[in-house]
Amino acid sequence: MSKLPLTPEAVSEIVAIIDGSGYDRLDIRTDAFRLRLDRGSTEGGSTGGWTQDWAFSETEATAGGEKVAAVEQLPDGLLAVAAPLPGAFYRSPQPGAPPFVEVGDTVDENTVVGIIETMKLMNPVHAGCAGTIEKVVVENSEMVDGGVTIMHVRPA
Amino acid sequence: MIKRLFIANRGEIALRIIRTAQRLGITTILGASQADATSLPALQSDEVAIVGPAPSNQSYLDVDAVIAAAKASRADAIHPGYGFLSENARFAQAAADAGIVFVGPDISSLNAMGDKLMARKVGIEAGLPVVPGGEAADKDAALARAEETGFPVLLKAVSGGGGKGMRRVDRAEDLSAEIDTAMAEAQASFGDPRIYVERFIASGRHVEVQVLGDGKTAIHLGTRDCSIQRRFQKLVEEAPAPAIPDDKRAAIEEAAVRLTRHLNYKGAGTVEMLVDAETFDFYFLEMNARIQVEHPVTEAITGVDLIEQQILIADGNPLGIRQNDLLPVGHAIEVRINAEDPDADFRPSPGTITRAAWPAGPGIRVDTHIATGGKVPPFYDSLIGKLIVHAATREEAVAKLGMALATMAIEGITTTAGLHAKIAADEAFRKGGVDTRFFKEFAS
Repeated sequence: MSKLPLTPEAVSEIVAIIDGSGYDRLDIRTDAFRLRLDRGSTEGGSTGGWTQDWAFSETEATAGGEKVAAVEQLPDGLLAVAAPLPGAFYRSPQPGAPPFVEVGDTVDENTVVGIIETMKLMNPVHAGCAGTIEKVVVENSEMVDGGVTIMHVRPA
Repeated sequence: MIKRLFIANRGEIALRIIRTAQRLGITTILGASQADATSLPALQSDEVAIVGPAPSNQSYLDVDAVIAAAKASRADAIHPGYGFLSENARFAQAAADAGIVFVGPDISSLNAMGDKLMARKVGIEAGLPVVPGGEAADKDAALARAEETGFPVLLKAVSGGGGKGMRRVDRAEDLSAEIDTAMAEAQASFGDPRIYVERFIASGRHVEVQVLGDGKTAIHLGTRDCSIQRRFQKLVEEAPAPAIPDDKRAAIEEAAVRLTRHLNYKGAGTVEMLVDAETFDFYFLEMNARIQVEHPVTEAITGVDLIEQQILIADGNPLGIRQNDLLPVGHAIEVRINAEDPDADFRPSPGTITRAAWPAGPGIRVDTHIATGGKVPPFYDSLIGKLIVHAATREEAVAKLGMALATMAIEGITTTAGLHAKIAADEAFRKGGVDTRFFKEFAS
């Protein structure tokens, strides 16, 4: 597909036409795209505005099929440090600097054990539990999904 | 004649450029990272060239990789969009060396506006007023500057942008520590520790002027007000800037054109001014030598396609619009819909969009690369779309904005849409002409 199926101006014109009709929804589906126009309504009734909801076969196929991070088996008696959000995991504050923590280090809830870079922002990863670092599961600069186990901690 | 345009960008602006280029009969080639290979801009462009892996420093910011991809795809022009390499003189030079037209100003203009101190110097040469202050090589110099201008002062990174490295200092005794922090931040963010000191204008508005030049002549397309910012990042923009006396507005526009002519500027640019919200005195800040995120509000009121103008000027055409041809109509407002959680300190919210029901209808424009099923990858900035409303008056535009925001529904990630609905209902915003302190007070 190389050309847009409908210009934004065409969509506005279609909305103007059905706004004056008794219809509340228009659903157009082709091989390449699906466009749903809807007379907006909330629990409080109609807002007086319309919405356009586009889906393209290539992108819709992947909706809901987001890959789920492999569940890392957490050995008995250990706690997990989880990624607070998806992004690139870094063990040290900058390239070449020593890691925030090494295996064997003692941490508490507030100890920063790494950073996750998401959308150009650096987000600290806190241990969230007290104990000793048993294992670092994720490699430096590896991409992680939110909630993935980054480290194992043996509780104090 | 430009026939094959390489788009060195991603997201909504890539799709925006593709739309105009295809309308002009130009073949579009999207230079995409691997993470964006199935994005909406990639589906809509005529061709896709992969420039590198997902992280932007290995793809969208890699001058050599982008130029190599443009050459390999036989592009005769490159549109850099905004951000990434759009104001990078080395990139513009590399394109020229490869025999490819850079859709942007001459390298001399990029250099003249390359850092804030240089911009300030050029502004003074062109006869524009600037905020009292200047460069400070070290702490003693900074303190001397601050005593000249009086507290509070604003420390700014010479190579800065996007609010990084900017600090307000209220008292002389805090200056030393704040300078250390500002210099460290400037070094970390821009690789350049230099800072300068400016008088802090307590009640200031961010007003900018859209200009077009063809190297010989220049025109303006009116003002935009971008005073609603969070940590110096724009959230809401409107055109024209509301509640400014006509003579003051004309003076601001005239100054912007004077600077554009002084630079023999070629292409689309934005002259940023700080306007005192009480006296309407104005000070030149800098010129952005590229298309701006908020350009659609100007397009809405003038009917001019700014991307088309950029392409025509880059192609060597003289300016086809005269100042007197422009008769701006009505009022336009844009809000930036970001993948961020306003209730959790604007934490990024990447993920898969399970439903994207954007507003639609007359007077409503949505510039987005996000459809239902689309992905917001964690590698890039958080803008997922821009909602632009246009109506005969500001009051009607604000009402339309509120209605559109109440109707839209983005599901699967958290966005700033709800926050904008609250801003649209805010009394001070509805009145118009708020200063840059607005958001902090609004959010507290």
